[in-house]
Amino acid sequence: MSHPMLTVKQAGPLALIQDAGRFGVGHLGVTQGGAADWIAFRWANWLLGNPLESAALEIVMGGNLTLVANSDVRLALAGADLAATLDDQPLAPNASFMMQAGQTLVFRQPKKGLRAYLAFPGGLDAPTVLGSQACTAREHIGGLHEDGKPLKTGDQLTWKGSSATPRQLPQGTQIPLPDAEDTVLDMVLGSQAAHFAGRSLFDAFNQPWTVDQRADRMGIRLTGKALNSRLDGIVSEGIPLGAVQIPPDGQPIILMNDRQTIGGYPRLGALTPIACARLAQCLPGTKVRLQPISATHAQAAYRKQLLRWK
Amino acid sequence: MKLRLETAAMDALTVRLFDAIDETNMAWIMAADEALRRAFDHALIDLIPSYTTLLVHYDCQKLTFAQATTLVRSALRNLAPADSQQGQLHEIPVWYDESVGPELPIVAKRAGLSVEALIERHCSHDYCVFALGFAPGYGFMGLVDEAIATPRLKTPRRRVAAGSVGIADRQTAIYPLLSPGGWNILGRTAVPLFEHAKRGEPLLRPGDKVRFKAISQSEFEAAGGDTTPLEERS
Repeated sequence: MSHPMLTVKQAGPLALIQDAGRFGVGHLGVTQGGAADWIAFRWANWLLGNPLESAALEIVMGGNLTLVANSDVRLALAGADLAATLDDQPLAPNASFMMQAGQTLVFRQPKKGLRAYLAFPGGLDAPTVLGSQACTAREHIGGLHEDGKPLKTGDQLTWKGSSATPRQLPQGTQIPLPDAEDTVLDMVLGSQAAHFAGRSLFDAFNQPWTVDQRADRMGIRLTGKALNSRLDGIVSEGIPLGAVQIPPDGQPIILMNDRQTIGGYPRLGALTPIACARLAQCLPGTKVRLQPISATHAQAAYRKQLLRWK
Repeated sequence: MKLRLETAAMDALTVRLFDAIDETNMAWIMAADEALRRAFDHALIDLIPSYTTLLVHYDCQKLTFAQATTLVRSALRNLAPADSQQGQLHEIPVWYDESVGPELPIVAKRAGLSVEALIERHCSHDYCVFALGFAPGYGFMGLVDEAIATPRLKTPRRRVAAGSVGIADRQTAIYPLLSPGGWNILGRTAVPLFEHAKRGEPLLRPGDKVRFKAISQSEFEAAGGDTTPLEERS
């Protein structure tokens, strides 16, 4: 009998192996990478009893990504509802499930949210580069073939553990996904905010922004009434996750996991990691609002989120 | 040098030491890099030095915002510039040729120089590595002689080959891996910058110096260089 595995029968538009990200290497010019919705990613691992940062599959859109199992395996799915089916039976989101040898798992299209996370017993098996299995296409780092590329037809996924210790979501636990109506994104104001006109600061927090089509793992553009900074550009400097960068056209770009490590556009501040996870689930056209929060309050909310997995 | 501490994100601070790019900044930046790494120790997630600043990303499960702020200030209280001899000097062999460096004649013409004189000018300065960024192992270097400084291409190329050596304004750099890019490409090196970075040991580090050396096509090929011409601008 061959090694237990899932074979990619048909590749969707974008499915990437991701873990928590690549840290401590920003000074090499290497990006952070990692699961864009780090909360759903951790829930997926939690549901299988895995270490929370185990490598999983980040599935964007679905697009008929089709996986076939060669032996029985327990998997877990969290995050977006991509109308997934197991042998044509709909799968409940945010739960673990048994996939039997010969069964087919298909991810069709987003019903709610954008990114689903599929966790495997003990985490996916893939080469570790600079301390992480995260896949970053632009850098040609990570992935099954160490070229940073997304899954392709014929790829074989194997995992590290022999069995899972499945768990169910605690009663009443909700994994929030953005509503089409009004998603609020907390943002810590940065010091460069002082260089924005008062009117622009008002507009930043008092209008609905629309998530644009121009959105990927590097950055997500928001469109709305333009914001104006008195700074033309700045000397390039290190950019944190969630940085709200304002290019000359005044339309913000939120810098995400695969952002360049340094850059020279003025910044209004940075979304909190929790806000980044929510934004990562927003389909183009979703309306979002920015809301200022202090670094101290943001940290408290972040620690509270981490405690949910203790 | 005047220390300013700025909020960058929930768990990140920008330490600003200077306002403008200058080679003399680097001794201070590297001294601050070392002091911050030591002070933050296991509470440090990432530290990204650049031309005038350092971005400190700390673990907010270990330090509060106030503690991190205090720690930066105490770590940098008696900062003195690092020994300027500390950075390494790298000699980078480059095959300057129009096939792999399509802007060679354009940059030369703009500067009113022959191609040979341009190459000589590009090789005549020990460039300071200001920052790594854009791609793994990509070092932003300068400052290029004012006479040969050239603005970025109006339309960036979709594919710039690994090893391409380029100029943008008064900066120069080497592309470690195939990527899009808008710099004026003058030639190509066989030095494997990306492979070094991928092992966590970048060849070029901020504060290092780089001297380019013109080599022939046969020397370039002997070093394992790829002579595939750079594709046209797209």
